[in-house]
Amino acid sequence: MKIIKTVMAAAAAAMFAGPALAGQTFDSVKAKGFVQCGVNLGLYGFSAPDDKGNWSGLDVDVCRAVAAALFGDSTKVKFTPLSAQQRLPALQSGEIDMLARNTTWTLSRDTANGLNFTTVNYYDGQGFMVAKKLGVKSAKELNGATVCVLPGTTTEQNLSDYFRATKMTFKPVVIEKNEELNGAFFSGRCDAISSDASQLAAIRANESPNPDDYVILPELISKEPLAPAVRQGDDQWMDLVRWSGLAMIAAEEKGITSANVDQMMSSADPEVKRLLGVTPGNGKALGIDEAWAAKIIKQVGNYGESFERNVGKGSKLKISRGLNALYTQGGLLYAPPFK
Amino acid sequence: MNPAPDDQTRRATAASEIEEPSSAQTPERAPPASQLRLLGWARKNLFGSLPNTILTLLAFWLLWEILPPLVRWGLVDAVFSPAGGAASCREATGACWALMGEKNRLMLFGVYPYDQHWRPALATALVIGLLATSAVRSLWGRWLIWAWAVCLAVVGILMWGGVLGLAYVETAQWGGLPLTLGLAILGIVLAFPLSILLALGRRSDLPAIRALSVGYIELVRGVPLVSVLFMASVMFPLFLPEGVSIDKLLRALVGITLFTAAYLAEAVRGGLQAIPRGQEEAADALGLTYWQKMRMVVLPQALRLVIPPIVNQFISCFKDTSLVTIVGLYDLLAATKAALADPDWRPFFVEGYIAAALVYWSFCFFMSRYSQWLERELAKGSRR
Repeated sequence: MKIIKTVMAAAAAAMFAGPALAGQTFDSVKAKGFVQCGVNLGLYGFSAPDDKGNWSGLDVDVCRAVAAALFGDSTKVKFTPLSAQQRLPALQSGEIDMLARNTTWTLSRDTANGLNFTTVNYYDGQGFMVAKKLGVKSAKELNGATVCVLPGTTTEQNLSDYFRATKMTFKPVVIEKNEELNGAFFSGRCDAISSDASQLAAIRANESPNPDDYVILPELISKEPLAPAVRQGDDQWMDLVRWSGLAMIAAEEKGITSANVDQMMSSADPEVKRLLGVTPGNGKALGIDEAWAAKIIKQVGNYGESFERNVGKGSKLKISRGLNALYTQGGLLYAPPFK
Repeated sequence: MNPAPDDQTRRATAASEIEEPSSAQTPERAPPASQLRLLGWARKNLFGSLPNTILTLLAFWLLWEILPPLVRWGLVDAVFSPAGGAASCREATGACWALMGEKNRLMLFGVYPYDQHWRPALATALVIGLLATSAVRSLWGRWLIWAWAVCLAVVGILMWGGVLGLAYVETAQWGGLPLTLGLAILGIVLAFPLSILLALGRRSDLPAIRALSVGYIELVRGVPLVSVLFMASVMFPLFLPEGVSIDKLLRALVGITLFTAAYLAEAVRGGLQAIPRGQEEAADALGLTYWQKMRMVVLPQALRLVIPPIVNQFISCFKDTSLVTIVGLYDLLAATKAALADPDWRPFFVEGYIAAALVYWSFCFFMSRYSQWLERELAKGSRR
C-alpha cells in the first residue's frame, strides 16, 4: 500500500507541477448542470447512504450547498463514493469537482498534492475515552495505561508522539477492525481507547453497554481540521466552494435559519441584507445569482442546523458543538465579512 | 467398556460370511448388536480404538459446547421482526436478524434509486434463471447463445434504463448483488476466451506472439489484483485529458477481466501440455488447419482436464469482486458495510457479515458442485 501511495503521489506531483489549468472547473460544472462531489463510502454523520440510498451528512451538506449556490437547486449533485486511497487522485484527475470526504487539511496535501482546501467544516482531534469508574479526569493521568488503537493510521503515531512528549509510558493494544477494537475496549481489555473525538462520541453513544459509564477526556492530542478541497488552478471555483461553506456559518451568526430566511429577507440589518443578496454585489463577484446564500440557507440550512441534524442532538451521534461552535460561543467558527 | 469389541466384530463378520450361502437352511436370527446399522456403524467407526474413542468424545464435547449456544444465539433468542427497530435487538441476547429486514434493500442493491429496485431485482433473477438453465446438459444447444444475448440486452435495458419509459440510472449508482454478479459473470465470460488465446499464444511457434503472451501473463501475475484495480481506476484517469472519463465500473471490469485471464491462461496451458503430441500430429496428418486442430482435437480434451483449476479460478474471481470496494463501487460486501455505517445497527455487524458470507457461499458452493458434476459428465466417454 505504501509503495502504491508513493508512486501515485509522485505521478500526481509530476503531472500537476506544471502550469495550473486555466479556470475550467467552474465553467464545466455550470455547463454540465451538476456538481460531482467525492464523499465517504459510509461514515455516518459525514456522508452515508440511508436505507433508501439517499445521501446525508455534514460533508454531503457542503456539496448540496455548492449546488444550491450555483444552480439554485441543492439536488443537482452527484455523489462519488471514494475510499481513503482514491480520494486525492480522484480530485486530481478531474473525476470529481470537489472533495468533501472528512479529509484533514495538511500542508503537504495543500501543496505537493495539488489541492486547495476551502473552509473547515468540522474541527476534529484525537482524544481518549475511559471508563468512568477508573476515576481518570485528564489524559495526563494515563501513565502506564493500556490503550486500544487502530493500526497504521496517523492515530497510532499521534498516540506514541503524545506519550513520548509527556514522558509517560503506555501499552498499545493494536486491533485492525473497528468493531473488534470497540469490543476490546468495552470488555475491559484496555484502560482507554484513542480515536478522533467525533468517532469516540459515536462509539460511546451507540456501542457502549451504558453511555453514562464512559467519559471522553477533555484533551485533544492532535488537530484534524476537516475541510472540503478542490483542485488547484481554478480560483473562481475555489471561491464558490469556500464561500458556500462560509455562508452557512455567517447565517448562523446572524440567526438566519431555513425556517425564517424568508422573513429575514426584509431585515433592516445591512449585513443580513448583503448576505441574502437583498443588497446586490456578492453574487456578481462570485459569478452567480445574487440570492445564492438565501438559497443555501433555505434548502440546506445554516451550519448549526446542519450540525445538529447530522452529528449533533438531532442525530444518533449526539456530538456536542465543542470546537465547532461559533467564535462567540467558545468555538472556532468565524465567517469573514460578506462585503 | 466392552473389553474386546474388535474381536467380536471380526468373529461376527467371519460367521456371516460363512453362513451366507447356507442361510436358507438356518432359522433367521436378529443380527448381533455389533451388526445393527447405526449402533454397529458407530461402534466400528467412532469407538473402534482408544484414539478413536477419545476423538469421538472430544468431538461430542465440542458440539455440546458450541451447538446449543449457537442455536440459542441464532434462533431461540434472536430477533427476527424489524418492527421494534435496533432497540429491540439491543435488549435481546441473541442474533439480530431484524437487521436484514431493515437493511436488505441497501445490502442487496446499494445506492440504486429506491423506487426502481424492482429493475435490478428482475435483472438478477433473469441472470440466475438463465444460469440455472444453462447448467442442464439436455438443454445445451445453439439457442442458449441467443438466449444469453437477449438476456444481456434485457438486463442492460433494465439496469441502465433511459428507454421504454424507464428512468436512466448511471452505473455509478449500481450496487449490491447485481454488481457483484455482473462483475463476476462478465469477468469470467470475457476472461475465458482471452485466456485460451493467451495459453495458445504462449505455446505458439511465432516468437512475437509467444513473447507477447509470456510478457502479459508474467506481468499481470506479478501484481496483486488490488494494484491492477488501482491502476485502472486511479492512475489511468490521470493520463486522460481533463473532462474525458471512462466509466468507473467499466474500468474495474476490464481490470478484473485482464487479471483473471492471466491466471486462467496458465491453467489452460497446463491442460494443453497434458495432451500427447501424437494427437496434434494425427490432426496435422489429417490436414486440419491450426484452428480446426485446436478447436476439434486439442482444446476439448485439454479443457476437460483442467476443469478443477478453471473453476478454482472462477470461484476466486467471484470472491475477488469484493475488492472493488477500494475503487468506490458498492458491491455486495461494500453495500453491507454501508448498511452497517448506521450507528443504530453497527453493533450487529456479525449478522450483516454472516448474511453476506451466505450469499457468497451459496454461489461458490453451486459452482464447485456443478464443476464436479460436469467433470463426471464429460468423463463418461473415458470411464471404465
